[in-house]
Amino acid sequence: MSATHTLATAARVGGQLRNDHRTLALIMLVPSLLMGLLAWMLPADDFDQWGPALLGIFPLLVMFLVTSVATLRERTSGTLERLLTMPLGKGDFVFGYAIAFGTLAVVQSLVVAGLSFGVYGMDTRGPAWAFILIAVVNAVLGTALGLFVSAFASSEFQAVQFMPALLLPQLLLCGLIVPRDELPTVLGWISDVLPLSYAIDAVMELGVSAQTTNAYWGDIVIVSAYGLGLLGLGAATLRRRTP
Amino acid sequence: MVNYAIGVDRLVVDRGGRRVLDDVSFTVTEGEVVGLLGPSGCGKSTLMRALVGVQIVKSGRVELLGRPAGSADLRRRVGYVTQAPSVYADLSVHANLRYFATIVGAPRSDVDRVIDQVDLASHADTLVGRLSGGQVSRVSLATALLGTPELLVLDEPTVGLDPVLRRDLWNLFHRLAATGVTLLVSSHVMDEASRCSRLLLMREGQILADDSPDGLLSDTAAADVEAAFLQLVDAAAARDASTA
Repeated sequence: MSATHTLATAARVGGQLRNDHRTLALIMLVPSLLMGLLAWMLPADDFDQWGPALLGIFPLLVMFLVTSVATLRERTSGTLERLLTMPLGKGDFVFGYAIAFGTLAVVQSLVVAGLSFGVYGMDTRGPAWAFILIAVVNAVLGTALGLFVSAFASSEFQAVQFMPALLLPQLLLCGLIVPRDELPTVLGWISDVLPLSYAIDAVMELGVSAQTTNAYWGDIVIVSAYGLGLLGLGAATLRRRTP
Repeated sequence: MVNYAIGVDRLVVDRGGRRVLDDVSFTVTEGEVVGLLGPSGCGKSTLMRALVGVQIVKSGRVELLGRPAGSADLRRRVGYVTQAPSVYADLSVHANLRYFATIVGAPRSDVDRVIDQVDLASHADTLVGRLSGGQVSRVSLATALLGTPELLVLDEPTVGLDPVLRRDLWNLFHRLAATGVTLLVSSHVMDEASRCSRLLLMREGQILADDSPDGLLSDTAAADVEAAFLQLVDAAAARDASTA
């Protein structure tokens, strides 16, 4: 791996996104509008509870979809094969993507959080930056999951199907719908190994405490570890030689 | 002592339960321009993938520039063009080449040089997705010219190009060969064969003939390479039929 190659890959992925104005607009607008809908629909107390969780979930969904389709395009267009015949480390490829989409997630979170706190009147106990940090680690997690599943998909149709398969169970079991300690025992265990559970735990932690607590930082570390671990796994499972 | 740019010895490759390369052996000397010809599906692209080290091989030995195919230090020394143009449609010509130049460690000045070499200077800032098919494949070719590759493995680089451009590119290939670069160029356009110093004719995963264009013509007493190729293919098919 080399920093030059990783950053060049991140800059290249970023350049591709910058040239795709409609995708960029959708990435910024869709969560902003959905958040507005939620603010309009829910009583203020409920919005203060659901809004922050959604702020963390949007980047996970969006980055998962964007990354899985983007890397699949690299595989089908032959650019990945070409890159693997060049002196590019597999980690450069994977972490280049993570940096590019992580940066995009920071911008997305700033836009959505800015609107939510500034315009939609979201009121939370914990500091705004701590919610944005959750959004960013979730984005890296989404990118890592997207990179990982693209290895198991041979078409965009298949890649898109992995979203409900991998992300919906996490959404159902993360504690938003039924508190995690009230889940049936087995589902509680499953919930304990799913990374989104910890992201939502961190959100809930900020709902009751005005400061970032050790529990919050513990959750952030766990979600980041999942993200980085999956990125490492994605790099390790990338094969230069294929059948 | 002769230095081999490519040495392939009894290469066997299976893909999807089918034998795609069956006991292929040949060598290429440094500075040669070798044409790899054969009908589509005969194993040309698989052979090229094996050379650049991205193909899982069943058995056999593949060496490039004295090193086993796929060695890390070959990744700077071998330029490869895949059959489908493998460049980013949502980046400009210049941005594509800037990225690949960074990856192969080529100087910035190389980007403009290779754009000129494939005659795309007037489109340097155009998004690749807005170019014509022939222009896209030239961007893909330009990528392989970045840096100072000693060996170029080009999978049908002139597909979809008009005769003038094809001639210009072949002239470029020969200029590169004159500086000591070795080229292996696949094609199914037989009139390109006469521009090679040597020809490898492939059929159903095997090398049917390995000769200079002139040698091939005198051996088969055919009028042109296409006729010689058809004659060899028909003779091989007849042999297969009689042994079956």
